[in-house]
Amino acid sequence: MRFAVNHSCGGIGGARVGALFAGNSPIPVETPALLLSTRKGLPAFLSRDLLANLPFPGPHPLHISPINFIHGPTPSIISSIGGLHQMLALQNCVFVASARDSIESLPESVAANKLGASFETPGGRRLVKPSDYMEIISSLKPDFWASLADEVPAWVSEKRNKASVDRTVRWLDDCIALDKTGGSNIFGAIVGGASVEERKRCATEVAKKNVRGFYIGGFGLGESMEERPSLLNTVVDSLPEEKPRQISGLALPEEVLQGVAAGIDLFDSTYIYQLTFGGLALIFPIDILEGEIFNTQLHNFDDFTKINLRAAVYRKDTSPLVENCSCYTCQNHTRAYINHLLNVHEMLAQILLEIHNTHHYLGFFRSIREAIKIDKFDLFCKKFVEGRRAHLTSSQPCYDVHESPFLSTQTN
Amino acid sequence: MALSFEIVGRFNRARAAQLTLPHFTCQTPRFMPVGTQGSIKGLTNNQLEEIGCQIILGNTYHLALHPGAELIDDIGGLHKFMNWKRALLTDSGGFQMVSLLQLADITEEGVTFQSPADGKPMLLTPEESISIQNKIGADIIMALDDVVKTTITGPRIEEAMYRTLRWIDRCIAAHKRPEVQNLFGIVQGGLDPTLRDICVKGLVSRNLPGYAIGGLAGGEDKDSFWRVVAQCTAALPEDKPRYVMGVGYPLDIVVCSALGADMYDSVYPTRTARFGTALVPEGVLKLTHMAMASDVRPIDSTCICMVCKNYTRAYIHCLVTKNAMGSQLLSYHNLSYMTRLSQDLHTSIIEGRFPEFVQGFLRTQFPKGDVPVWVCNAMEVAGIDISSCCAPFQSPLA
Ligand SMILES: [Zn+2]
Ligand SMILES: [Zn+2]
Repeated sequence: MRFAVNHSCGGIGGARVGALFAGNSPIPVETPALLLSTRKGLPAFLSRDLLANLPFPGPHPLHISPINFIHGPTPSIISSIGGLHQMLALQNCVFVASARDSIESLPESVAANKLGASFETPGGRRLVKPSDYMEIISSLKPDFWASLADEVPAWVSEKRNKASVDRTVRWLDDCIALDKTGGSNIFGAIVGGASVEERKRCATEVAKKNVRGFYIGGFGLGESMEERPSLLNTVVDSLPEEKPRQISGLALPEEVLQGVAAGIDLFDSTYIYQLTFGGLALIFPIDILEGEIFNTQLHNFDDFTKINLRAAVYRKDTSPLVENCSCYTCQNHTRAYINHLLNVHEMLAQILLEIHNTHHYLGFFRSIREAIKIDKFDLFCKKFVEGRRAHLTSSQPCYDVHESPFLSTQTN
Repeated sequence: MALSFEIVGRFNRARAAQLTLPHFTCQTPRFMPVGTQGSIKGLTNNQLEEIGCQIILGNTYHLALHPGAELIDDIGGLHKFMNWKRALLTDSGGFQMVSLLQLADITEEGVTFQSPADGKPMLLTPEESISIQNKIGADIIMALDDVVKTTITGPRIEEAMYRTLRWIDRCIAAHKRPEVQNLFGIVQGGLDPTLRDICVKGLVSRNLPGYAIGGLAGGEDKDSFWRVVAQCTAALPEDKPRYVMGVGYPLDIVVCSALGADMYDSVYPTRTARFGTALVPEGVLKLTHMAMASDVRPIDSTCICMVCKNYTRAYIHCLVTKNAMGSQLLSYHNLSYMTRLSQDLHTSIIEGRFPEFVQGFLRTQFPKGDVPVWVCNAMEVAGIDISSCCAPFQSPLA
């Protein structure tokens, strides 16, 4: 794995674009990048042929949770198949592994102990020790992977938070020691909850280790949006500039912008999964700098970034999800058809929504990169937030600000 | 009549044909997957085309409930609504009512049933069924028939057969789009050869674009099943397609094709996929089985579908019955298998090696030579020598 920062806005500590070379592909993953969330290596509804139809150049970076494989296939079977890339027939995709996935592998801080981290899985609560974790990692052979972290929510005691930092730093050493390649593809996990001091302590400790990049854990676990920028900045300020930074738990477009602004490069997010399951389609403008604006013709129950295809208003709507969208779904199907599929519980609804939402969110990330390249990321954020806020205040006075706390914090 | 049926190869009773429909030209014998509610579960149209599906079914009863015939009509028909470019067939809706609803009642007027929406009594007449199917706009539409279980005996069978004949005239009279949609009549008559004969003759005299053999695949014994198929195919006109309704087991399709049938439909390949079962030349493979957890082979090493080219049994074992992806991948494979079976039947008939194909099929399915007696009996009538597939000391109970 090789990473290069190609351009940063406003010098060190701000939004940046980079190129990450990993796996078999000579084409790099351009960052900031979205890591598509998967269950056992495939996005929830996209088999490899559908994934290959996403019209984006370069290797798709996919996120994978080793915890998904606790219930099989076993490490020895995965090894005999030849690892993740072989097992999933995605030889050219870049696989990024970290334990938490917010779908089938949720950190459960109460049951974690000094021996290992605990996760809620479909097969019950599981304690995972560094040795268990590394056994799965070494069979999967992801392109890079995060060390095991003890991720705790923001509300835990100071003592518990300190313990999580101590454990996470110790487990990093354990993971490096247990790795057959000596940690050559390891991202050091950083925790510290909602404490600036602990975040700084953890980031500083991890930055001293021989790691290839950083996995920033423990976000999206109850910290307030107001405190997030300072926590993120504290972490990033303690890290060397030349190494990539991955984050878990920032999902909404505004949260992604917040992370990008702090200098995060890789986002593993279950947002698309949640949207798809909810029958929702992303519709917000992507080419904001080119003057594309938020649609003011939306219906009351929409929030200007997405529409609920279950709503009866789409029953006879023969337009695509997004006019001019080049995805398979929008090129071939109407809102009316998807509304029908949702009404009758046909799985194709989720397949079509996941295709569009993935395509749309990848487009959002591409626009973010373009904006950074021309030093207009601040303007991009401003237009995005203002575009949304304008409609929120004009047409939705009762909008719940907590759903999108970024609106109250972003001022530039 | 909005179809042409050109026979391009024969072996005794078996035939291979080009069935040209308004939206697509299909090769027969042909299995038709069922897309009950305007979608084949878990597969995109692109995938269905890759797999080689040429014609799929929609269920009139379900589509009339959601999204409703009026809406489909407003949007421009089911082809446009689901953006399916190839051929479509809709059933009459009657079978679905009788099989799904406990309170369906059949009178001379039509099928009375309780609306699933509000419980009010509703009536599906032959005229109404055709009118709905005209709105849906499939290439082939089916006459409303009086459906009775094949396991029922007595005067009810006779009543249903005569009613089906009376209803076909009402269907023909109600059919508003014969230039773009083909109305098929359905042969009824239970397991009684006399009744079947009367029904076939009655329908043939109406000179319909195609004929279906109905009332089978409902739990009757296999020997009765094939005998009815053999009797009907022998009596139906040569130059019209013959469709055996509800048949989806590969073995049944091979036998019926040998007896001169052309089209089949069943939810079996996609339904069994959702329960974790793959169709393979040897029969079925249960991916849920523990032995699959450590099996790194593809589902079927002779299959060239996207799933078999890429995934192991061990990986699919982890997905089946837990993740949607498990049923997506298995449905993909199972429909690929059914398509390949259809194509193999078609080409082996054309290339004059149909008997060899049937023998190979049976040898793989019954490696011990325990080919069921009903299959042996049917093949004798079909004029296909399968003695080399059967063990010499076969028990009559096999
Ligand atoms: Zn789209
Ligand atoms: Zn296959």
